[in-house]
Parts: sequence; structure tokens; C-alpha cells
Amino acid sequence: MENSKTAADIAKENALFDRKSVLFLVVLAAVCVFVAVTNMLFPEDSALHVPTYTVSLLGKYLTYALLAVAVDLIWGFMGVLSLGHAAFFALGGYAMGMYLMRQIGDRGVYGNPELPDFMVFLNWTELPWFWSGFDNFGFAMLMVVLAPGLLAFIFGWLAFRSRVTGVYLSIITQALTYALMLAFFRNEMGFGGNNGLTDFKDILGFSLQGDGMRLTLFLVSGLALALGYIACRYITVSKLGRVTIAIRDAESRTRFTGYKVHNIKLWIFTFSAALAGIAGALYVPQVGIINPGEFSPLNSIEVVVWVAVGGRATLYGAVVGAIVVNYAKSWFTAVLPEVWLFALGGLFVLVTLFLPQGIVGLLRRRNA
Amino acid sequence: MRFERASMANSVNSGLGFFLALFVMMWSAVATADENFDQALSKIETGKFPSISEGVALLVDSDDARVATVLNALTDGALYRYKPESTLVYLHDKNDEGYLVSYVSSADKAGEKFVVKSSAVKRVGVNNNLRNEISSALATLNLKNPNVEIRLNALRESLASLNPASLKTITKMATTEKNSEAKELIKTAMAMGGLKSEDTAIQLTSISALKDSLEPAVKLALINMESASDNAAVKRAAKAALKGIEEKLVRYSHLETLFFGLSLGSVLVLAAIGLAITFGVMGVINMAHGELIMIGAYTTYVIQLMMPNHIEYSLFVAVPAAFLISGLVGIAIERGVIRFLYGRPLETLLATFGVSLILQQAVRTIFSPLNRSVETPDWMSGLWQINPVFSLTLNRLYIIIFCFMVFAALFLILRKTALGLQVRAVSQNRSMARAMGVRSEWVDAMTFGLGSGIAGVAGVALSQLTNVGPNLGQAYIIDSFMVVVFGGVGNLWGVMVAGLSLGVANKFLEPFAGAVLAKILVLVFIILFIQKRPRGLFPQKGRAAEG
Amino acid sequence: MGFSVGGYLEAIRHRDRVFDFLAPQASMNLDVSKGYILYLEDINVSFDGFKAINNLNLYIKEGELRCIIGPNGAGKTTMMDIITGKTRPDSGSAWFGQRLNLLEMDEPEIATAGIGRKFQKPTVFEEHTVFDNLDLAMAGNKNVMALLNARLNTAQKERIAEVMEMIGLADHRYQRAGSLSHGQKQWLEIGMLLMQNPKLLLVDEPVAGMTHQEMDRTAELLNSLAGRHSVVVVEHDMDFVRSIARNVTVLHQGSVLMEGTMDQVQSDPKVKEVYLGE
Repeated sequence: MENSKTAADIAKENALFDRKSVLFLVVLAAVCVFVAVTNMLFPEDSALHVPTYTVSLLGKYLTYALLAVAVDLIWGFMGVLSLGHAAFFALGGYAMGMYLMRQIGDRGVYGNPELPDFMVFLNWTELPWFWSGFDNFGFAMLMVVLAPGLLAFIFGWLAFRSRVTGVYLSIITQALTYALMLAFFRNEMGFGGNNGLTDFKDILGFSLQGDGMRLTLFLVSGLALALGYIACRYITVSKLGRVTIAIRDAESRTRFTGYKVHNIKLWIFTFSAALAGIAGALYVPQVGIINPGEFSPLNSIEVVVWVAVGGRATLYGAVVGAIVVNYAKSWFTAVLPEVWLFALGGLFVLVTLFLPQGIVGLLRRRNA
Repeated sequence: MRFERASMANSVNSGLGFFLALFVMMWSAVATADENFDQALSKIETGKFPSISEGVALLVDSDDARVATVLNALTDGALYRYKPESTLVYLHDKNDEGYLVSYVSSADKAGEKFVVKSSAVKRVGVNNNLRNEISSALATLNLKNPNVEIRLNALRESLASLNPASLKTITKMATTEKNSEAKELIKTAMAMGGLKSEDTAIQLTSISALKDSLEPAVKLALINMESASDNAAVKRAAKAALKGIEEKLVRYSHLETLFFGLSLGSVLVLAAIGLAITFGVMGVINMAHGELIMIGAYTTYVIQLMMPNHIEYSLFVAVPAAFLISGLVGIAIERGVIRFLYGRPLETLLATFGVSLILQQAVRTIFSPLNRSVETPDWMSGLWQINPVFSLTLNRLYIIIFCFMVFAALFLILRKTALGLQVRAVSQNRSMARAMGVRSEWVDAMTFGLGSGIAGVAGVALSQLTNVGPNLGQAYIIDSFMVVVFGGVGNLWGVMVAGLSLGVANKFLEPFAGAVLAKILVLVFIILFIQKRPRGLFPQKGRAAEG
Repeated sequence: MGFSVGGYLEAIRHRDRVFDFLAPQASMNLDVSKGYILYLEDINVSFDGFKAINNLNLYIKEGELRCIIGPNGAGKTTMMDIITGKTRPDSGSAWFGQRLNLLEMDEPEIATAGIGRKFQKPTVFEEHTVFDNLDLAMAGNKNVMALLNARLNTAQKERIAEVMEMIGLADHRYQRAGSLSHGQKQWLEIGMLLMQNPKLLLVDEPVAGMTHQEMDRTAELLNSLAGRHSVVVVEHDMDFVRSIARNVTVLHQGSVLMEGTMDQVQSDPKVKEVYLGE
């Protein structure tokens, strides 16, 4: 079947908005509109009303989905298995958290207009230099992208130039996030230590607790996911995307063909990290806290499982995986908390052994 | 050098200890008539503090065997005046009928208990000053103890609070003492006494006698000397001696850090060496390796539950048991999951990570999420005191030795046995080895079992150092991978060198950077190192290595 | 441990070399005014004490077709690894033309400068179509931003079509490369080399797994390339070598045993001894 494709088939498949992408974007938009409408229009006691709690939960899933898309871009299409993407997610989250901390102003427990509570608690007298500027929303948003992007760039520059590949790369990305976790646990780092950043009050002057803000954050997450998806799709259907697949399948051949593999890996890795940072920044105001636990190696590896469960190298598969696994996680931790790790562990094993194409691959096979 | 039990020298002052000691003394003491002793007792009997103080001083000078008993009774408040006879008695018991007492002195009636009315006796009270005097007197007494260990301890203690009385006793000891270590201490003490002399020449000779001593008290005395003395020559000599001592202290503290580093390194090597086999030789990324270590640690816990009365031997049972159990679990993982994923390292990584989650949760379900306590056998606890400032903890020392033993055993298995030969053959060229009749599937399972078994053995060692809990494995998996990657995959020596040097580096960084930052620095170093030498310290070279 | 930050500092000092995309393209600098395109001089490589290449000297003329033969372990593939930047020699020098020092360039730079390589085991991008394989191999701007916005123009499409015709895969345009036969993959790889438009082609065992017919066509193709390109062919199949070779170099134990025409080589007693152990 595949061998007799026509030029038209190929062109359709390589279009930026192919049938599946359109389907995905339409479903995403429909869900967003549906949630927004039911949340706003129906009274709280109505059966059709989607409670604000659920809106934020769904918003959280959408940020996870964006993170999964970022991981799929580098793993699915370029064969770079990062076990440290939670670090970029968390860095974006911390950048947003720092902005939100500054927004608290003198409403903290200690009422200090300049310093967040935890700094007052540590007897600090002035704001550390790296906190300056975070009272400005624009600057904070810039850092959401720059902080993870820069870390990824420096790390990638070192790693890809010296051709650290495969499991070696996976292991040192894991060490990276582990080292960051240890660092952020330290009070001296100035990021709230163990407790992280929390007790946020408002964003851009609007209360974070308000239904309107919650819905807005959810919709922004949806929009970010759509835009992130389109950006990744644009990359994967470009010639650059075909080169990344070439790198994934035959790295040294790609090099002998004249491609600077390390540069290509570096830029895509950095882009993916920035995307993860954006996801983290949207995650934090919706869950109301960011702490060093987000850096834990387990988080990073869970993301990889979302992608594997959904189906690699499809982008929309990553979204499906992120939402399905996280829904399952919410369900299990509420109903059978004991069983959740068994289920997650089993999922790892089963997907790798029996479902290399993920859920999406399963559906595709049934259709064919 | 001496071996010391942690719980040794603390029973003298406790009440129960006192009464026990009392009975022993009663029957064993040969009461030598001693003028000082009787005179001292009569001074104490007055019940006035200055007089009691004189009595205590006299007691120290007395050679009577009962002195310690009297002094202990005095501090414990068990020494009473028996008013009708104006004599001292020990109190044994109180009840409604009166007080049960016995004589301190009178030789003929010693040990004989009798009941007196409570109004007939009065406790000999002591104040804080007296208490101090008594305790230093007791310390001085210990100097005369026939047991060399007690004598040595007493000597050491007396250095810190050298007074004319103890110095006198020590000077007397100098002629009779046979033990060389004690002799050294006596010399030190006498030299310290010399420091207090008015004569500059004596001070100078004392300083030069003390310049090699590592006793903390000597250092303090020399510091005092340096700041308090009016004589420039003495000051200079004290300063020079201090400098020498300081240098030695630094050297020994480095040695100590090195030791801690080596012991941490041994733990890393133990944790990583199984991984070096599965990852290095077979190319399998086993993220459940940490959990195999954890299983080893829990095996130790269960073994100890099964033989609660033989904790000393439990580790000798636990090592083979842990090897077997972790090995079997490893083989099950290999047969059940990994063998379907050969040649797909990233998938193997994910699947084995799933296995690690399952194992963790299984342990949580079976043993509870709380840490379990594994006991340390007596022979593993305690210290090996090499000199006053340098001692090695035995458990760490044994772990270093154990690590080398495991390494040697593994090395022999891989170099000298048929399995080792086949393992090396399969790892170098699988299809060729198969063509030569090697059952590669069987070799895979055995190799994986071997690596996993070693992880279990590492778990036994770890159970002696850290808490045994469901997260034990997670804490070590990243470190283990770092060691293997740093050392060069597939190279046992590399693992050894990498593990030990990382452990040592970590411990040397800790004083400057703190434990967490030291760990971060080491991780960052490895990340940078891998950039520069992607194949580790001892890379495999050649065309075969580049696949 | 040979770990030093010196290398990084060095890289930072030369600011134009910090980021590779700032470095000038090397292909402009090829200078063959002396008539030789490749100089390998006094090259030594050892792996764990085993000398894979031992004082190797080799010169390739512009437009020459050179066959390299030699028993297994003679160092043929290692030599190609050195030329293409995969392996760094312990000592010696390797120049591409008069000006380009191969030992200071990495694989993509060498490829861009004009050296193409076909591997012993055919390596193509299996998940891509034949068309995409050729497109990816095409010479051109291979920077990240350029790739992101790359569109094929008519001339490029025609070039791809032309090469596809040449390698006989025009009918398999949209077929996944992974599903091609062994011989077709060999051809596709040669096609990819042609798309790179190299000055020097290194071809490792091009006819392994080919039928006689295919072999003849390969010989024809390689012969037609010589003149415009310099071609170095490593091959075991003596008939094939005879059918294309003008000059043959015999490698033995990492150095050149002799050079000459096929007849000279085949009648040489030393060569016979090496091959037949006489």
C-alpha cells in the first residue's frame, strides 16, 4: 500500500494542516468552547455546568499536553530522549512563580512589600539580584522562555558538540534535572527551598481565584497548545523536519551528507525546552504552587511515557497520551492510590513491549 | 591502637552500678589498714565542706582499695553519718522501719547490714565544688586501676584537667607503668606539668617534648602558653610547636576525609558494579537496578527478623540470600521484559523504569512505606582509634574491604570461569559466539542475574549505612549510572576508579560547599566530563566500539 | 585525565568559531592547481596498540579513478574514516587540495567541502522516500533557518529527476527507501553521493550484493564519473576492479604495498604472497 503513494498523497501528508492536524485542532477548539460556554452560561446546580475546579484540572492537562508535544518533537522526530524535560517545565514555572510572588506585594503573612515571605523568614534584608525585574509581567514572560531556553542551549551546546547520544544523553539529562532539584531544595538558592513558591494572589491585577481568571488561564493553555502544535508541525513538515528524522534513523549518514547535526539538534532541543517552559508557566497559576519536586527525574520520565502511550512522532499522539495518562492518574490517586504506581509501571512495560506505536497507532491499524 | 566499645565508660555513677560495685568491693577488697584512709573518713564525718574537701584529697593519696567506693557513695548521696557511733555508713535501703546500712570502715563488721532509725543517721551532703573535686579524684584513682584500658582512659581524661594531685599520681606511675601507650601519655602529662613551671628552661624542654603530641589538651595548653607567657623564647617555641601540631592535624583530617571518601566511593562502586555488568557488558539499561539494591537491603531485614537471636551472623546469611533473591528477580526481569527489547536501548530504559515503579510499590505494599530498621551487628559497630584525632568507624572500614572482595570475586568470575568467558564472548560478538555454540540466551540471563545479584549484595552493605525504605534504590540509581558512564562503559576497573574518585571528590568538596552543593558540583563535573570524553575514563577503542 | 577547559577557552577566543554556523563555508576554498586533489602523508592510527594504519602515503589526482584493494584488516575502511573525519589519526597530515586541512574539519564540513562517501553497508534514510533521500543529499545551504524554510525550485527538481533516472529508481520515486532491495539501496546511496556534487567520491564496496548486470551498470557509472570527479573505490571483487581500474593501490597492514595497473599488480610476487600466503 505505502509503496504506491502518489505525489498528491505525499503532498497532502506533508501539508502543514493535514487531515489529522485539522481534526485535532477542531477537537481542541470545540472542547475549549464547550468548557467555556458551559462554565459561564449554566448555573452551578445545572447538570451541564462544568465546575471551575474541573476547568483548572483540564487546564493543567493542556499544559501537560504541551509539554508532551515538546518532548515528542525531540524524541519522536529526532531520537533525542530527554529525561530532563521536567527541568525546563519547572524553570518556566519558577519564572512565572517569581512574577506571581512579586504580585503578592505586602499581602504576605509578614506584610513586607518587597520581599516574599520565605525571604523574610530567612532574615534576608534585600531581594537577590536574580529576582529583580520579575515584578514586570513582560520581563517575567521573557524569562519563561529564556531561562529554560538558555539552559537547554548551554547544555545542548556542550552535549551535542561532543556527540553525546542515545542513552548517555538520556542519563545526563536525568542527572541535570536531578542536580537542579537538589539545588532548588536549598534555601540559599533563593527560590523558597523545600516549599517552593506558593500563596499566589493575582496575575495582572486579576485574582487567581476568580472563575473568570481560571477560565481565561484554561483558554490560554488551549491556545498555547494549539500554537505549539502548529509550530512543531511546521518544523516537522519542513525540510528541517525531514533532516531530524534522518538524524534519528542514521545520524552518522546525515553528518556525512553535510548536515551539522549538532547545530540542528541544538536548535530543536532549545526550541523544545522553551516550549516546555511556556507549558510550565501556564501550569503554575492553575495549580497555585511550584516546588522543587517538579524537577524530580520521575516527572521527566513520566512525560516520556505519555508520549509513548499516545504514540510517538505524531504530535497529536503526545496530546492524547498526556491527557489519557493524567486522567488515569487523577482517577487512580483518588480511588485506588495504592495501585497507581503498579498501573503506571505496568503501562511502561506494556506500551514498550506491545504498543510501540501507542494508542494512536492502535487506532490507525484498526482504520487501515 | 585500641578497639573501643561505644557504651563502655558510663556506668560508674549510676545508682544501680554503684550498688553492684559496692557488693563486689565488699567481698573482694582486702582491707589494708591505712592511716590516710581512716583520717580521711574522720574528716568527712564532720560534714563540713572544707573538711570534706581535705578528706577527699587524703583519700586520693591513700592506696586503700575502698577509696573509689567511698567517693562514689559520696557523690551518689549514699554516705551517711551514724551519729551514735560517730562513724560513716553506707545506705542500702529505706523503709518504714528505718534505714538499712553497713559500716564503711570497721574491718571486723564490714559488709554486715543492720537497721537504724532514720533519726540516727544524717546524709553527708556535698556541694558543686566538692562534686568536681570528687570526680577529678575518681579520675585520678582510675589512673591506678589494674585494667590498662581504664588507666589509658583516665590518663587521657586527666590531660584535660591536669591538677597537682593527678600530676603527682601520674609522676608516680612513670616508674611502674609498663604499657607503652600509657608511657607516652604519662610523658605528655608530665611535660604539660612542666609547662606550668616557673623555670623557662623547663618550659622550653616541655614544649619541645610536646611538639609531636596530638592530644587536644596539649594543643589547648600550648595556645594558652603562646598567649599568656611573658617570655619571647617560650612564645616562639610554643608557636612553632603549635604550627607543627596544626599541620599534623590538617594531615590527619585529610586522611579522615580520604577515608570517608573511600567509604562513600566503595558504596558507589558496590552500587554501580552490577550496573557495569548489565549496562557495560550487555548494553542493557536497567533502570530497576536501584530496586534490586533495595531488594537486597530488604532481604537483610527479613533475614534478621528470621534470626533475631543471631544478629552477629545475620549478615553472613544475608549476603548469599540477597545475591540469590536479587539475582532471581533480575533473571525474571530479563526473561520477562528485557529480552524482547535487545537492541532498543531507549525502550529498555522505559520498560525497566516501569519495572522499578512496580517493585517500589510492591515493597510499599508488603513492608509499609516507612523505613525499616536493620540492626548492625556488634562486630561492625565501634571505632578503630589510631590516634587521638584519627579514628576509623568499623562499619565503613568493613564496607571498603567488602567492596574490594566483591570486586575481586567478580573479576575472577569474569576472567577465570567458563561463564565469564562466554559473557565476554557474547558481549564482543553475539552472532559469532552463537556460531561457536554458546547459548547466548542462557548467557544473557546468567549475566543479568549476576549483575542483579551483585546489586542485591550491595543492598546488604547499604542496609548497614542508611535507612532501608522503598526509595533506597532511587537514591542510588543516578549515582550508579554516573559512576559507570564516568568510568567508561564495559570496564570494571573504570568503575572502581570512577566510584572511588567520585566518593573522595565528594567528601573533599563537602567542607567547602556543603553536602548538597558538593553532590551538585560532582554531577556538573560529570556532565562536563562526558562532553569532553563521551566514552568515559577508560574507553573501549577501535572499530567495534563505534557501532 | 585529559579533561581541560582549554579547548573551550580556545573556542571562545576565536569568536568566529564559537558557533559553527558563523564559520565560512569551506567548499569555496578547494584548490587543485597542482593537479592533486588528495594528499595523505605519514598517517598512523592505532587502536589499543594495534596499528591499523602504518605510515600511509597516498595521493589522488584530480579526475582520477583509483581502486584500492587489500586483504581484510589492511586498513581500507580506516583510511576512509580518516579522509571523511570520522577517525582522527595519531600522526600525519591529510589535505584536500592545496588548502583544506582535513584533520581540522569535522564530517559535515568535509562533506560540504566536496568529499562524498558511500558506506560498505548501504546506509540510506529508511523512513524517507527515494525522492526525499535525494533531496536531503542535495548540495545547498544546510543551515537550520534555511532548512526550515526550504522549498524546491524547478532546477533542483529537475536535478533530482535526472539522478533518479541515472540510478534507475525513477519508478520508485515515492517508495520508502527502507523497502528497497539491497542493490537498489546501493544505487540510491550512489545517487545521494551524486546529489552532493562532490569533487572526490569514496566508494566502499559498491557492488556487494549486486547481480552481474547491475555490476556492469555500476562500472559504467563510475567510469563516467571519473574525469569530472575523482573517485576512490575500495572493492574485493577482482573482476569488477579489472573492469573499471586504470590505477590500483594495494594496501597491506596499514600501508601501501604497491601501486600500478591491474596487470602489474596481479603479476607482482609480493601481492601474491599477501593474498595467497605463498
